[in-house]
Amino acid sequence: MRKILFREALREAMTEEMERDESVFLMGEEVAQYNGAYKVSQGMLDQFGPKRVVDTPIAELGFAGIGIGAAMVGLRPIIEMMTFNFAILALDQVVNTAAKMRSMSGGQLSCPVVIRGAGGAGGALGQQHSQSLEAQYVHIPGIKVMMPATPYDAKGMLKTAIRDPDPVIFIESEILFGLEGEVPEEEYLIPMGKGDIKREGTDCTILTWSRMVHTSLDAAKKLEEEGISVEVVDLRTLRPLDKDIIRQSVKKTNRVVVVEEGWHWASVGSTISDFVSRDLFDWLDAPVERVHQADTPLPYAFNMEEFTLPNAERIMDAVKKACYTKA
Amino acid sequence: MDTMTEQLESPPAHEVRAGYSEITPEQGERIRARLSDEKILDMYENMVRIRRFEERAGRAYQQGKIKGFCHLYIGQEAVAVGAMSALEEKDYVVAAYREHGHAIARGLESNSVMAELFGRATGCSGGMGGSMHIFDTEKHFYGGWGIVGGHIPTAGGIGWAIKYREEGAVCLCFFGDGSVPQGAFHETLNMAALWKLPVIFITENNLYGMGTALERASSVTDLYKKALSYDIPHHTIDGQNIFTVWETIDACAKEARETGTPSFLDIRTYRYRGHSMSDPATYRTKEEVQDAQQRDPIQRLHNWIVEQEIATDEQLQDIDKAMKQEAKDAEKFAEDSDFPPVSDIYDKVYVDWSWDIEGPEVK
Repeated sequence: MRKILFREALREAMTEEMERDESVFLMGEEVAQYNGAYKVSQGMLDQFGPKRVVDTPIAELGFAGIGIGAAMVGLRPIIEMMTFNFAILALDQVVNTAAKMRSMSGGQLSCPVVIRGAGGAGGALGQQHSQSLEAQYVHIPGIKVMMPATPYDAKGMLKTAIRDPDPVIFIESEILFGLEGEVPEEEYLIPMGKGDIKREGTDCTILTWSRMVHTSLDAAKKLEEEGISVEVVDLRTLRPLDKDIIRQSVKKTNRVVVVEEGWHWASVGSTISDFVSRDLFDWLDAPVERVHQADTPLPYAFNMEEFTLPNAERIMDAVKKACYTKA
Repeated sequence: MDTMTEQLESPPAHEVRAGYSEITPEQGERIRARLSDEKILDMYENMVRIRRFEERAGRAYQQGKIKGFCHLYIGQEAVAVGAMSALEEKDYVVAAYREHGHAIARGLESNSVMAELFGRATGCSGGMGGSMHIFDTEKHFYGGWGIVGGHIPTAGGIGWAIKYREEGAVCLCFFGDGSVPQGAFHETLNMAALWKLPVIFITENNLYGMGTALERASSVTDLYKKALSYDIPHHTIDGQNIFTVWETIDACAKEARETGTPSFLDIRTYRYRGHSMSDPATYRTKEEVQDAQQRDPIQRLHNWIVEQEIATDEQLQDIDKAMKQEAKDAEKFAEDSDFPPVSDIYDKVYVDWSWDIEGPEVK
């Protein structure tokens, strides 16, 4: 099968959906003439013209709100946030407008907008540009949250997000943009709310998403050499959560490690741990272990950055702890 | 826009106070040449409809029949009615949380709005939105929003969609003077001007953002100066003269529909009641309120209609009686209506949600 980059997979998803549906357009900072801050939208201005590939001023609240308003009356905007650190400025529009309009209007309104862009640690970008902020969206009823880990998933999930009738937050790990992976030429969609087993195993389940899927796979590979068989479940969609895939895996392995790139208090990982501990209590042979970022802003100094983020070694330790094996 | 500006001849903004302009003989002539007697009486009736509705809603609130926040529009009726009278069906309206009047002026039934205030299933938003969240997509009435200034980008988005789909329509966006310092206002005005989005940004300047006087909240109180920085055509007008409102919106709307040009209006008006039902409005004097009431928009139109012999005083009083009855009937309709089924809380969050939504089971 042919291989393309993560960013190219995202571009193909947007391009195909824009070819398919006139109401889809892309709006954001530097998406048009500059070809995208991360070159995700490279060439799209040439193909679709300035009506449908739109550069905005640096005004996240404003253009997110314009996208949400346009979606409210039937268009299907893709709003690119250069990074989700800046999307915080638009949080009011997401939380108070997009997520609420269907309920407030008694079901009259819908908001088929996709708000997508880079998230997570970026590599020595410092405190304000290295944050995993998915928890603040996953918390909110009325929106859906997707975070792909591979080029294949990125394409199929983004196409689904664009066709979805509800507001979708789509966060792409900044470090994965250059990742290469197999993506078929023919069209496919990955359903909303469906996780994927990225590696099968029998001794312990790792529940994770986005970039940490790769770190977890790395850990799983090393653990195999030590005789521990780890199943890596990529949750892919964080809201709605694929509870079935978690149940199936945990009933098989009876041990769980939740791995997330970001902070652990009031996080997606804490909610998943809560779910596993209550829903699957009788199936657990050990407490749920967690691996996450240190509870600090992420510093610039390379050694400090490396220290604060989860890595394969810490994941291996957590798995061993869950398996009652000496670390 | 030049012709329009000349035709309207707004006085300098600092001279415009609530009630500055009278219905002059010249304006009267222009209006009578363009609006039928029937339409004029219709506008009058709508203002009275709103006032009687709001008085009834205020009483129902005091009786505990309406809960939460409730912001009455009494005193500002000429703004909504004058503006909506200049609209076509294809146009759009977005308002904030003092929007009962806008909804009624746009043609929503009193029953449907009152039932919404009562939280009933027969309300325009199925009772789920309440006083601050009135929606009726058939009437192109898009809220009803409760975050100050947060709906201004939403209106920008409608403007975007109008332009994208080449609908040749306009979107009216209403907000109070309290919204003008918000970032959402400035970001949207900038993009509306940059992209030529057909939106009329309407500040209903009632001089107070909740309890804070405009001069205590805005470094510039001649609000048109805000529009200057985005190169958006602007007008400062008297909102207690319904014809001035109508003429201005009519001209701006035509321009927006034809060329996409947005505009900004500082419409000077006054609310007679507090910010919400819980506000005794101690931040302003009785004299100030009485002074504003001297220039009541309904009374002013009433006097003019009688003077022009479009209708007699008696006929207008009949309208008033009918509107009082309509408000009373709306209250009865609301009280007699059922609350929405509790299961709606799960059904009306997402269009497509194939999973169990967590929460108590509906029995």
